[in-house]
Amino acid sequence: MAVSDICAGFRLSFPDFSLDIDTRIPARGITAIFGQSGSGKTTLLRCIAGLQQCEWGRLVVRGETWQGERIFLPTHRRPLGYVFQESSLLAHLSAEDNLQYALRRARPVPPRDLYWRVVALMGIGPLLQRYPQQLSGGERQRVAIARALLVSPQLLLMDEPLASLDAARKREILPYLERLRSEFELPILYVSHSIDEVARLADHLLVLDRGRLAASGALAEVLGRLDLPPGLGEDTGVVLEGRVVERDARWGLARVAFAGGELWLRDSGDAPGQHLRVRVLARDVSLALASHGDTSILNRLPATVAEVAPDADSALVLVRLRLEGEEGESGIVARLTRRSADHLQLVSGKKVWAQIKSAAIVK
Amino acid sequence: MRGIRLNLLLVLMGASLQVQAEQLTVAVASNFTAPMREIAGAFEGETDHRVRLVFGSSGKFYAQIRHGAPFEAFFSADRAKPEALEQAGLAVPGSRFTYAAGGLALWSGDGNLVRGGPGALERGDFNKLALANPRLAPYGAAAVQVLRKLGLEEGTRPHWVQGENIAQAYQFVASGNADLGFVALSQVSEGGHIDSGSAWEVPEDLHDPIRQDAVLLKRGVDSAAARALLRFVRSERAAAIIESYGYR
Amino acid sequence: MGFSDTDWTAIWLTLRLASTVTVLLLLIGTPIAWWLAKSRSRWKGPVGALVAMPLVLPPSVLGFYLLLAMGPGGPIGQLTQALGLGILSFTFWGLVIASLFYSLPFVVQPIQNAIEALGERPLEVAATLRAGPWDRFFTVVVPQARPGFISAAILGFAHTVGEFGVILMIGGNIPGETRVVSVQIYDYVEMLEYDRAHWLAGAMLLFSFAVLLGLYLFRQRRSRAGIGVGA
Repeated sequence: MAVSDICAGFRLSFPDFSLDIDTRIPARGITAIFGQSGSGKTTLLRCIAGLQQCEWGRLVVRGETWQGERIFLPTHRRPLGYVFQESSLLAHLSAEDNLQYALRRARPVPPRDLYWRVVALMGIGPLLQRYPQQLSGGERQRVAIARALLVSPQLLLMDEPLASLDAARKREILPYLERLRSEFELPILYVSHSIDEVARLADHLLVLDRGRLAASGALAEVLGRLDLPPGLGEDTGVVLEGRVVERDARWGLARVAFAGGELWLRDSGDAPGQHLRVRVLARDVSLALASHGDTSILNRLPATVAEVAPDADSALVLVRLRLEGEEGESGIVARLTRRSADHLQLVSGKKVWAQIKSAAIVK
Repeated sequence: MRGIRLNLLLVLMGASLQVQAEQLTVAVASNFTAPMREIAGAFEGETDHRVRLVFGSSGKFYAQIRHGAPFEAFFSADRAKPEALEQAGLAVPGSRFTYAAGGLALWSGDGNLVRGGPGALERGDFNKLALANPRLAPYGAAAVQVLRKLGLEEGTRPHWVQGENIAQAYQFVASGNADLGFVALSQVSEGGHIDSGSAWEVPEDLHDPIRQDAVLLKRGVDSAAARALLRFVRSERAAAIIESYGYR
Repeated sequence: MGFSDTDWTAIWLTLRLASTVTVLLLLIGTPIAWWLAKSRSRWKGPVGALVAMPLVLPPSVLGFYLLLAMGPGGPIGQLTQALGLGILSFTFWGLVIASLFYSLPFVVQPIQNAIEALGERPLEVAATLRAGPWDRFFTVVVPQARPGFISAAILGFAHTVGEFGVILMIGGNIPGETRVVSVQIYDYVEMLEYDRAHWLAGAMLLFSFAVLLGLYLFRQRRSRAGIGVGA
């Protein structure tokens, strides 16, 4: 086992739910724990935090045992930060005192500039004198995230920190989370039931289904699988990591290169060289046996059929495609009618052209 | 059918013939509970009247009578309250009399502590001395008189624990919280001798008589039954009952 | 007419008793309230019922059993004798012990309610911020459940001041030691000294009203300010 990993195994059972998971999570970047409600995401996170007693548990974080046969570090002895789903600021303390509460207890004592760094990162300078009930939902979550950072955690646990917010508040907070990801060398476990958030933030993905681990691995790899138990439906799609190679001012487009090829996307103002994450939804990918020039679709890429699998909707199928480019290989997924698949006689190994109607820069 | 009707008629006639039979309500100091029950039973046997007895603290009865409580007669634990009621015009003048005189005993639950005399008080080998509150209860006032006569009032005062009434003074000793105490003879004597622990029957000349007075209340002024009951309490038969409970 | 010297002695004694009992009850009642609020033990029901008993038991019954328990043959009496304290009935500390039993539910229940209303979440939050159990208690429970503690202290104090039946049973009416205001009033009534009784009783009436009014206003102000649990 790599010392940089988190080994987490927990078993517990309630009358109507049981959790039985034993897995390894990389202790770097953002690992999303994804699943429908009731799949055990929050329970798993609470087990890791020591907030939930379980029948059997094993937790080794970067070589340090937090929980084992004879060891159970109570929550306050685990060097972690925790952001709860709903606002969890201590109601009798101002925003600043909430931050100081964490800072005073942080071990090891954090560097002096951490406080102002975190306050600036989360943009909460003007809010410090207010009490929790005087803050909006989004402001409260930003203070709560800042507070979790100030205890010098070695691991940050976030339990659907955006779930209690409306769409506008979510858009307000997401950039802060991305800055957090890029500015802190801090492994984050991020519980979510929103594939949009996951696609935008996560590097690694655990999929839970009814208390069991259904899939785990790198984000792109897991999203490229056709057998994910929740059945993502309209949201089925992959994430491609790429970089801007050219901007076309005349048409307002940018050319983005990724391992399996290149895509023209609407220019988001990113400079050439900028790394990007592009989400390609399966419903936006259509297939043709030949390359047609007389189409409105800009992006046509040569691809090989890797797998054809039934969709939850019996009229549709999912097709996993391999894109081979100069720099390597990527996978995307197409969602077609069963009739079209039959018409094109799609089988594994068949060469096709993937037409990508649109793709969104998610980051 | 005919027979039943006839019987019913005879019963109704019988009831109308006893028109003088009355229901009485009498307030009685709680220390006199047992003898009064027996006296009332005997009285009901000799007459057709019915007596309802209410037991309680004399001070509370006094306050209740002043505020219109429905009693025909009042058997107090002292002399002061009947007298005050008479002065307040709530009792029938001239109806007041002493129905019992209490005896005092120095009593201990310990069979060896009190050996028929005040020696234990003089030696001072006890933790607490229980007595009824002398400001409220005649037994308490009598106990203080006894101590004064013996020259022990100041010496024992730090050890006094006062019950609100003589029943509580008895409880303090009986539960062992006080080693000894002045209690009513009627509380500790059964058929003329002490039934548990050890006691000294305090001679009558060491304290004023502990008189308990009864009085006919304004409400009972026209009640033949109330007058009959008060008469009966002074009879030979009642006197024997009273004496058998340790009163003098 | 005013208060006599013995009245003042009784008033001072009563305040001393109520203050002592209030402080001790906060110390004793808080762990009990905590346990009752948090425990899932099957003993929770019986213990809760036992604590609440003085609410429904006539004080004379409680007083009678305390008299027996504190006597030389009773469990409390044996304990105090073994500790070299002797028999505590008819002493100030005997009254303190009796009042602890008698006023316990008035202190435990407001604290228990406040802790229950607090819920687990603030404590979990504090634990994730490295606060240990005691730290959590003093920095989260005490400030957030403060209205409950204040209610408990006021009710415990006022109820001890108003205590009568139990003290009558185990006090022994010793001036400066066990003759508290309520007993003094009772004595005046029994001695037919109604004027003196009125003075003390009136003062007690005013005191109780002022205390309860203060408590009511305190609670109202808090709920209007919206400061408290949650958010």
